[in-house]
Amino acid sequence: MADENPQVGRREFLTGVGVAGAAAATALAPVAPAQAQVIQAAAPAPAAKLPDGYMFLHPQEAQFVEAVVDHMVPKDELTPSGTDMGIATFIDRALGGSWGKGDRLYSQGPWGKGTANQGYQLPFAPAGLYRAAIEGSNAYCRKTFGKTFDQCSADQKETFLKDLAGGKIVLSGGLPGRAFFDLLYQNVMEGMFADPIYGGNKDKVGWKMLGFPGVYANNAENIKKFSDGRRFVADPTSIADMS
Amino acid sequence: MATKLPPVDIVIVGMGWTGGIMAKELGPTGLKIVVLERGGQRSPQNDFAVPLIRDELRFSQRHDMMMDTSVDTYTIRNNPSETALPMRRLGSFLPGEGVGGAGVHWNGVTWRWPDHELRIRTKYEERYGRSFIPGDMPLQDWGISGPELEPYYDKFEYTAGVSGRAGNIKGQIQKGGNPFEDPRSRDYPLPPLVQNHAGQLFAKTAAELGYHPYTRPTANASQPYTNPDGMKIGQCQYCGFCERFGCEANAKGSPLITVIPVALRNPNVELRTYTWVTKVLKDSTGKKATGVLYTNVLTGEEVEQPADLVIISAYGLANVHLMLLSGIGKPYDPETQTGIIGKNYAYQAGANINLFFEDKSFNPFIATGGWGTSIDDIHTNWEFDRAPHGFIGGAYISVGGSNGRPITYRPVPPGTPQWGSDWKRATAKWYNNALTIGASASVMPNRYNYLELDKTYTNRFGSPLMRMTFDFKENEKKINLHAAKIIGDIAKAMNPTRMSNPAPRQSWSVVPYQSTHNTGGAVMGADPANSALNKYLQSWDLSNVFVTGASAFPHNSGYNPTGPVGALAFMSAEVIRDKYLKNPGPLI
Repeated sequence: MADENPQVGRREFLTGVGVAGAAAATALAPVAPAQAQVIQAAAPAPAAKLPDGYMFLHPQEAQFVEAVVDHMVPKDELTPSGTDMGIATFIDRALGGSWGKGDRLYSQGPWGKGTANQGYQLPFAPAGLYRAAIEGSNAYCRKTFGKTFDQCSADQKETFLKDLAGGKIVLSGGLPGRAFFDLLYQNVMEGMFADPIYGGNKDKVGWKMLGFPGVYANNAENIKKFSDGRRFVADPTSIADMS
Repeated sequence: MATKLPPVDIVIVGMGWTGGIMAKELGPTGLKIVVLERGGQRSPQNDFAVPLIRDELRFSQRHDMMMDTSVDTYTIRNNPSETALPMRRLGSFLPGEGVGGAGVHWNGVTWRWPDHELRIRTKYEERYGRSFIPGDMPLQDWGISGPELEPYYDKFEYTAGVSGRAGNIKGQIQKGGNPFEDPRSRDYPLPPLVQNHAGQLFAKTAAELGYHPYTRPTANASQPYTNPDGMKIGQCQYCGFCERFGCEANAKGSPLITVIPVALRNPNVELRTYTWVTKVLKDSTGKKATGVLYTNVLTGEEVEQPADLVIISAYGLANVHLMLLSGIGKPYDPETQTGIIGKNYAYQAGANINLFFEDKSFNPFIATGGWGTSIDDIHTNWEFDRAPHGFIGGAYISVGGSNGRPITYRPVPPGTPQWGSDWKRATAKWYNNALTIGASASVMPNRYNYLELDKTYTNRFGSPLMRMTFDFKENEKKINLHAAKIIGDIAKAMNPTRMSNPAPRQSWSVVPYQSTHNTGGAVMGADPANSALNKYLQSWDLSNVFVTGASAFPHNSGYNPTGPVGALAFMSAEVIRDKYLKNPGPLI
């Protein structure tokens, strides 16, 4: 294996698209717009810039979320810090939107504790859970370490997050810490690797870290060329790049 | 008070694969047919347009095209001593919603379940004796044989555009195919997809160890294709956004681009979207359906649609739910083991292992949904002796790899931390250098795995939710362990830099995605004493009700269910058209 031919990028994409367009054109007419999109994709798309600031998180919540994402995704040789990658922005937008308010969540009681196999069983939609759990987490950290989570040392943050993940922490009011952690961790991963259009994964840096080529993927030719253990390398494309 | 509409000849509940097959096959009769679909219409050129369809967060994480659990869901528990609680969001399985149903977002894997699956009780008793079948396992024949179903498997494969290589044509074993499959009349309509590097490595090692690898058949088109109805299917682009997504290249065999538009060419076939069927109505004798009651979900209005024939073609679990809500057949009781509706519910067992190779790249994002390289040596291979292992059924083992979508696909070796710089380094290092060997294992029925109406929770229409009681039992645990041993042995022989421990599925959890292969609850069979439907999918209790889908399966194979789901629907449609409509009444 070698990191084969870094120029395999947009040129390969465009070749692939031609093939895709031809194949699809023999099939069904509606594919024609795909070709139009590809032509647009060849022109540099302006980077999607979201305004700074938060729509849902209040200042103390923002400090907590930024501290979590910077601890989980520290600045190093691979990526900027989680906040600079937009992960806190992603979480803010998710909580402020319909998902945060409980879209697609069955919300009828009664509320049983349930087993781990029965999944999420709290009466909160995600936004409400974050609100209560951040308050509870800071209260726990003040009691245990004498300061809010964002003020804790790296070791203290690590201890808190590990205990939260391990189900060892019950937050104030009896809120199970593990349920919060599961959602928080899922959202951090989403903010790092979802399409940048949601405010995270800024400059596609999460995708670049992995070598994930993004949304543009007409690979009918690539599969023949790269089925021998060689690495396919391309500049990733996002939804905004192709819009 | 419901608005009562003029009667029609046939009402079909649900416009997915089987509703589409029924409407297409029965359309040419000229009878007035109404298809009721709870969700909306879908248009590939708009709903699946690039770039919006390539959105992992929206479609894979937030389930944009799937059942909305805030409207209707299931309550779940592992055994009757637990209190069932609602599945508050999707996880373990992903039913579809809208025209095309789950046939829009499936991967495409299309199998023929062999004769020894369809005649499972007879075959195991003959070979291993009655005592081999545990007392709490209501194992039963399907009332149909492999040769009877063969022409309809063929019809489904040619309709959906399946890519694969035959293993046995009319008794002649074919090189490169699955040598254990039942004889088929002809090859697949399309040649196999390109085999990826991971599949090549697996095939080489598996063959060296004496197994019989072949490329898995799937409705992802390896070439442009025109099906027997004249519907065009495009060439798969290996985009890595297949399962959970719609296909913008029209390269996935989906009812949306095959049977449904063909059905709707008939002016006598009417599709009504946004109609939620709440009940099948019966006459005063209780022996005949008179139509259905539905809610127009756009207005909330209740509507009665009278019909001479009712075909229930929703997702399998929804079929059983509707039968329970309508009082079709007697509900099953696990204590007395009496009643029929809800029995023999089954799911999918299995095991998997991750392998990491420092010197090989697999480009996981260059992928198609259902492709893979598989072995059937401990599954469809009837010569495999189950006696020393003490289980019924088995597992097929594959290297597939349907995607490299990074929110969920980030394999790392055991011992990697969950976050921090070391986590990032391991994630970056191994993302392109990992493969998974997976075993998909059968689930045999158990008296305590069943479906019934919940007594506490209701859906948005005021109907009780359906309650699922399920866990893997001894038979599944034995299969999982044996499969885990084999995948572990193959993995070692592939000589990876690192590997995980083989992980057999333990207790059923509703949280992580496992499979959408929910089977049983309204099972077919030869005897009304232990089945809800005859082999033509006709209700034993109400002869003008037919029920399609995997709810008819008396047990679950390791194989994905869509092959027999489609084949049984084609067979049932033919019998309705050629026999039932000429002389309505019980066919058996």
